[in-house]
Amino acid sequence: MSCDEKVDCGRRRLLVATATAGGVASVVAAVPFVASWMPSERAKSAGAPVEADISKLGPGEMMTVEWRGKPVWIIRRTQATLDELPKLDDKLADPNSEKPMQPEYCKNQYRSIKPEYLVAVGICTHLGCSPTEKFKTGPASGIDADWPGGFLCPCHGSTFDLAGRVYKNKPAPDNLEVPPHKYLSDAKLVIGEDTTGA
Amino acid sequence: MAAGNLDKYKSDGTKLGNLLEWVDARFPATAMWRQHLSEYYAPKNFNFWYFFGSLAILVLAIQILTGVFLVMHYKPDASLNAAGVPVAFASVEYIMRDVPWGWLIRYLHSTGASAFFIVVYLHMFRGLLYGSYRKPRELLWLVGVVIFLVLMATAFFGYLLPWGQMSYWGAQVIVNLFSAIPFVGPDLSVWLRGDYVIGDATLNRFFSLHYLLPVLILPALVVVHLIALHEVGSNNPDGIEIKKKKDERGIPLDGIPFHPYYTVKDIVGVVGFLMLFSVIVFFIPEGGGYFLEYNNFIPADPLKTPSHIAPVWYFTPFYSLLRAVTYPLFGIDAKFWGVVAMGAGVVIFFFLPWLDRSPSKSIRYRGPIFKIFLAIWVVCFFILGYLGVLAPTPGRTLVSQICTVIYFAFFLTMPVWSKLDKCQPEPDRVTAK
Repeated sequence: MSCDEKVDCGRRRLLVATATAGGVASVVAAVPFVASWMPSERAKSAGAPVEADISKLGPGEMMTVEWRGKPVWIIRRTQATLDELPKLDDKLADPNSEKPMQPEYCKNQYRSIKPEYLVAVGICTHLGCSPTEKFKTGPASGIDADWPGGFLCPCHGSTFDLAGRVYKNKPAPDNLEVPPHKYLSDAKLVIGEDTTGA
Repeated sequence: MAAGNLDKYKSDGTKLGNLLEWVDARFPATAMWRQHLSEYYAPKNFNFWYFFGSLAILVLAIQILTGVFLVMHYKPDASLNAAGVPVAFASVEYIMRDVPWGWLIRYLHSTGASAFFIVVYLHMFRGLLYGSYRKPRELLWLVGVVIFLVLMATAFFGYLLPWGQMSYWGAQVIVNLFSAIPFVGPDLSVWLRGDYVIGDATLNRFFSLHYLLPVLILPALVVVHLIALHEVGSNNPDGIEIKKKKDERGIPLDGIPFHPYYTVKDIVGVVGFLMLFSVIVFFIPEGGGYFLEYNNFIPADPLKTPSHIAPVWYFTPFYSLLRAVTYPLFGIDAKFWGVVAMGAGVVIFFFLPWLDRSPSKSIRYRGPIFKIFLAIWVVCFFILGYLGVLAPTPGRTLVSQICTVIYFAFFLTMPVWSKLDKCQPEPDRVTAK
């Protein structure tokens, strides 16, 4: 801003300084309002671990428990299913679970602690719908003729295998999340807590 | 502004005249009346397409009126009541079943939402037909697109409130769109929800915004839109400027005072609209599952997505743009580019005034390229809208990808073909039967 003899430069500087200070104060005053949209302390503390009893889960069956408001699936896989999993690798986007969508102890072929049981958050990594179970294989699934069984997201058509791994060229970018979990006994599982202290 | 005069009202000696003089000395009542109604000169050749602006204001009024009364009974509470039903969902059912005439007020509001979009889409299409976005009406158009964006946000916030399955999972999908933004996305979506999942915090803030946007922001934007309109003057089906030919008093030769000529014409539109609107409200309020989706009669269940979810019809063309993108690009997931496509599908309207280089504004004098391309674009818009309500299959995805390319190509190549098109000469004066 140029000052000439018609403008009182001292007053102009004071005006600019006052306006700047006022502007900064207004921005700072917005902070509490913006911050009030973050999860409340109550929402943050609501993520307590949950226990699941898997003793009644038969082979090929699945159960759902709620953890942090999300569905967590526990699937008891048959040996046939487990044998099938490695054959799918070339159809999958991240067959070896390179992306950190699981705890370190589940970064294996079956994405689980015990091969038989898969524990996964049933929320599609695309836009957060809950995929639908499509355990029927082949044409009966309504997906395609050599469908080996897995999950189909009803919202945007992403498909996952029975290790929660996403198929290639689907909207979902990542495998389903495996939550931290541990076994209290053969029949009891706790989700949201593991032995690494996380 | 038309050639009105800003003189104060002089009383004719009657009591009412004295009152008006008293008011006028303190508030520019007469001047505003003249400027915006009795001496606002609009082209005399308005046709059917010119009903939808005033109808949009009517629907906004219906939505505010019914909304204010719905709030007197509605409860934005996601917790479960003694019967195990979410309180918000139960309060909507209470309005429908127990509140005297509650069903009518609610159906007026839910049908009004769809009516709003029908009217606004037709209003925007009128702009496309007659080049109403062209110079000097760029700012008028920009304000209009902002109104459209606010309207979409308002409708989205409102759709969560009944807390049905579609409400819940629709909000889940749209809020998660923001998580696709690199780096800040995941935190941004948590900030928008106020929780790690859609929950009570989300419901309450959406309720608050569903009040703020339509009651305060939208009417303010409508006023800005009208002031901008009255500054530059209305376009017309011939797309020529009536201000170029004025009489000795400075009044456009082809202009007629908005009041009483167009107020009366618009009343005809209002009556016609209310007849159709009533038929829907009273006989098909669910609109065959398109105005009120069937899955939304099931309370929200965070553990189970319905086997088929789709947005309400007015969002489906843009939703199809989102789903059409299935390839990653520049090392970023397809998810992000889908969101970009959906956003760009709306934002591209902002650039229309500068994309169109045609010598004439109105479709009446534009060449065959425009007519054919516009027709193809409209067909694509409808196909995208139709595919958006269906479950995705590989074939449908391919069709939506083709339509997406055409949708954007129409705009992006417009600077080229709009110049090449063979336009007919525009008339000097408007043509009216």
